[in-house]
Amino acid sequence: MEALISLAVKAIFVENLALSFFLGMCTFIAVSKKITTAIGLGISVMVVQSITVPANNLILTYLLKPGALSWAGFPDVDLTFLGLISYIGVIAALVQILEMILDKYFPPLYNALGIFLPLITVNCAILGGSLFMVERDYNGSLFMVERDYNFSEALTYGISSGFGWALAITAMAGVREKLKYSDIPEGLQGLGITFITAGLMAMAFMCFSGVKL
Amino acid sequence: MSQTRKKLLVDPLVDNNPIALQVLGICSALAVTSSLKVAFVMALAVIVVTGFSSFFISLLRNYIPTSIRIIVQMTIIASLVIVVDQLLKAYAYEISKTLSVFVGLIITNCIVMGRAEAFAMKNTPIDSFIDGVGNGLGYGLLLMCVGVVRELFGAGSLFGIVILNPVGDGGWYVPNGLLLLPPSAFFIIGFLIWGLRVWKKSQVEDPEFKIQTVEDH
Repeated sequence: MEALISLAVKAIFVENLALSFFLGMCTFIAVSKKITTAIGLGISVMVVQSITVPANNLILTYLLKPGALSWAGFPDVDLTFLGLISYIGVIAALVQILEMILDKYFPPLYNALGIFLPLITVNCAILGGSLFMVERDYNGSLFMVERDYNFSEALTYGISSGFGWALAITAMAGVREKLKYSDIPEGLQGLGITFITAGLMAMAFMCFSGVKL
Repeated sequence: MSQTRKKLLVDPLVDNNPIALQVLGICSALAVTSSLKVAFVMALAVIVVTGFSSFFISLLRNYIPTSIRIIVQMTIIASLVIVVDQLLKAYAYEISKTLSVFVGLIITNCIVMGRAEAFAMKNTPIDSFIDGVGNGLGYGLLLMCVGVVRELFGAGSLFGIVILNPVGDGGWYVPNGLLLLPPSAFFIIGFLIWGLRVWKKSQVEDPEFKIQTVEDH
């Protein structure tokens, strides 16, 4: 249990998907003008993230890993190279299903999130989350060593990394709502100042990077 | 090359840059630019993927049912990315290690999807290919600019060749460590956009809120 909590804290603050790894930046910059929409998008990312990461974890464990197919009589098959295509397939399919379920049973929520849901398929935070979950040392990486999550860890990681992303975009929207009243140089208006703000926020989040859990 | 095709190729470089104006594909632009070599490989990978995915999607555009087009596009893009990923692992293992998941994330790079959806679904294969390469080049150009600033002033070298001799090796240049940290990419892109918009006035966004001017007495 303790390990799971520290994993969650790590995924929310130390390894925040948006501000430490810069994933999902396109939507992060484009849809952070208003706090309400930002919260809506943040929640939908969190929901999708907490479903897709465990689902992809199952796929990895039972279908793709070297030796994973031994239950079907193929102990030597290594299908990890198919990882990318199967993860994105799972994500696209799940987003589609989620959209249909919301449409049928929770119309108000569907109407509020409507346009963002399909966008989530191409949100790199989601695919990134799934990829980080399976990141192993043979693949090598700048930031981390072996991460070979089991199912409960993957579930925790999915929920908390989605929450971290939601937190970041909400904070960003809060800053931008105030920012529009300030006197910004002409060429920096809009996109330029948003980038610089995001940079400052990312630096603030860097102070978590020394935290050892 | 006809006039329109040339325009397709050149337009995304400055006038309609995918990163600076369309806000697409920013994630990787921030994460992989700390050294020029890595940025160059990344730019190359994106150019290949956007060009060919636009080409193939355009070839199939009359056979793809609109209701499932996103999945079909994703599959085409994902297959191309897997090819690139495996090639990098085979021939440039060190670089593929530094790029880590960002090669895989080309799949969700909005530039690729955006061009597939906005251009390749409506135009002929050759035009789409040129458009894809053009947008990849626009992305690559910005990536290289950021990479040059970050590597030159952050480490005193370009492509790993020492230009400004750093103090650590007995030289005179004190490297600016901040530029090697990821957030600096945000500042550099922000200032690049500022510069671009001072040059190209038409790209300036209208302020959402006008500060009221007080008349002189």
